[in-house]
Amino acid sequence: MKRARLLFLQVLVAVVLIAVWHFGSTVKVPAGIVSQKAFYPLDPFFFSTPLAVFQRTWRDFYTGVIWYHLGITLLETALAFVIGAAGGVLVGFWFARKQMLAAVFDPYVKMANALPRVVLAPIFALWLGLGIWSKVALGVTLVFFIVFFNVYQGVKEVSPTVLANARMLGMSERHLMRHVYWPSALTWMFSSLHTAVGFALVGAVVGEYLGSAAGLGYRIHQAEGVFDVTGVFSGMLVLAVFVILIDAVVTAVENRLTVWRPTAAGQS
Amino acid sequence: MGGASVAPLHAGEARHSRAVALSGIRITFTGRGGEQFTAVEGVDLHVADGEFVAIVGPTGCGKSTLLNATAGLLVPSAGTVAIFGEPLSGLNRRAGYLFQAEALFPWKSAVDNVAIGLEVAGTDPGEARARARDWLGRVGLSAFAERYPHQLSGGQRKRVGLAQVLIRDPKILLMDEPFGPLDAQTRQIMGNMLLDLWNAERKAVMFVTHDLEEAIALADRVVIMGAGPASRIIGEWRIGLPRPRDISEIRMEPAFHALHREIWSALRDEVVKGYRQAEEPA
Repeated sequence: MKRARLLFLQVLVAVVLIAVWHFGSTVKVPAGIVSQKAFYPLDPFFFSTPLAVFQRTWRDFYTGVIWYHLGITLLETALAFVIGAAGGVLVGFWFARKQMLAAVFDPYVKMANALPRVVLAPIFALWLGLGIWSKVALGVTLVFFIVFFNVYQGVKEVSPTVLANARMLGMSERHLMRHVYWPSALTWMFSSLHTAVGFALVGAVVGEYLGSAAGLGYRIHQAEGVFDVTGVFSGMLVLAVFVILIDAVVTAVENRLTVWRPTAAGQS
Repeated sequence: MGGASVAPLHAGEARHSRAVALSGIRITFTGRGGEQFTAVEGVDLHVADGEFVAIVGPTGCGKSTLLNATAGLLVPSAGTVAIFGEPLSGLNRRAGYLFQAEALFPWKSAVDNVAIGLEVAGTDPGEARARARDWLGRVGLSAFAERYPHQLSGGQRKRVGLAQVLIRDPKILLMDEPFGPLDAQTRQIMGNMLLDLWNAERKAVMFVTHDLEEAIALADRVVIMGAGPASRIIGEWRIGLPRPRDISEIRMEPAFHALHREIWSALRDEVVKGYRQAEEPA
């Protein structure tokens, strides 16, 4: 009952927003009320109309043009996530176990992480061309640091008691890695999974936006270039639905892999 | 301390009936600002093979650091630790340690938590799990083998911890206020379970607690430590109560009361001293 009510309210928000948009962009305010001329509160030239956006989106899927671009963006996102996460896990582990190394590189890691990634996009395009790899590289620089910091934290924050217990149970350094540090780091990594996947997508789309020949970012950029607001909104709609779907997949994976974790609601 | 003082265990003097021999132990910590804090000083303590020794003292007297030194998790600043006559270096491989805080691996189910000690020792995983199930049965948790620690109650977690430690068949069992956070009834059940398991296979036990009644009910010998810092052993009593014991029943015995009164009168002054020190401005 509570769930149905929640869903109802959530849908209501969408309906109200779309209704405001729809009437604002299709019903003119008559002349003489606010200004001399009749006008649309939300000028369709700047805001398009919901109907046009849905029609465009439907057409894109129906004719199949969008699938190719979706596929490219998905591929870039997946590659950026996998490479960035793998690098973050490895380096995070390594730094957490070698304090000296971590101390030496600390200022550089902070510096690199503080750099706005957008400025890197042209460099990557220069180095790696306009294909998918420059976008993957941009996503990797975003994902890497999120995973790196979380894994580092995860390894450092293993409970000293659990660690002492593990050693008293006869675990060697290799066993500790496998049975203690690794699962602990994984938990922290999963807690950042949503953010990491989101950033992988941001990297891909921003990269496409700044220079490419395919992908959702490219489509949005193309539409903007010709003042095709309907195309821009349609691209954003596809992107938003895409993100929600990916997030649902991540949630499913997360629930699968962290069954041992207490949930707030308490499942026992 | 009467005849309880331990002769220095240098070459040739190893006495193998002594599972644990601590002599002249001093443990000093250095704080962040460089200030020194001595937890225990001049502690001589031995535990015979198969003997159950309870160590009682006011909060903060350094009881746990003695266990850590015996486990090899901590190197004493002075003094020697000998295990079955051999000086301890590195971790104490013959000891099992039941910690006060939560020490189970939260990402492993109960049966995997118990099996891990065998697995890392090279036992075949299938066999390790079978024996882990057997041990879970012995601590009364057969039905909870697949649960994760967060799905178990505090008392159940302690039982898993006990099985996890005992499955490796340690010759020495170190227990740091293992039943501290449990409610009174669960503590009694756990105490009886511990005594049953210990009766089946007598190990040397060092059991740290702040609960004198629990100590008398469980142990062969109760060692009282003074208030910290630099706390020492201020007395020890042999508990001649007959075994096997039932913890809840033994508390009704007149002999129990007599022992309790006697030990408490010695401990009381130290407890008061401990409180006074804690309340003094640093």
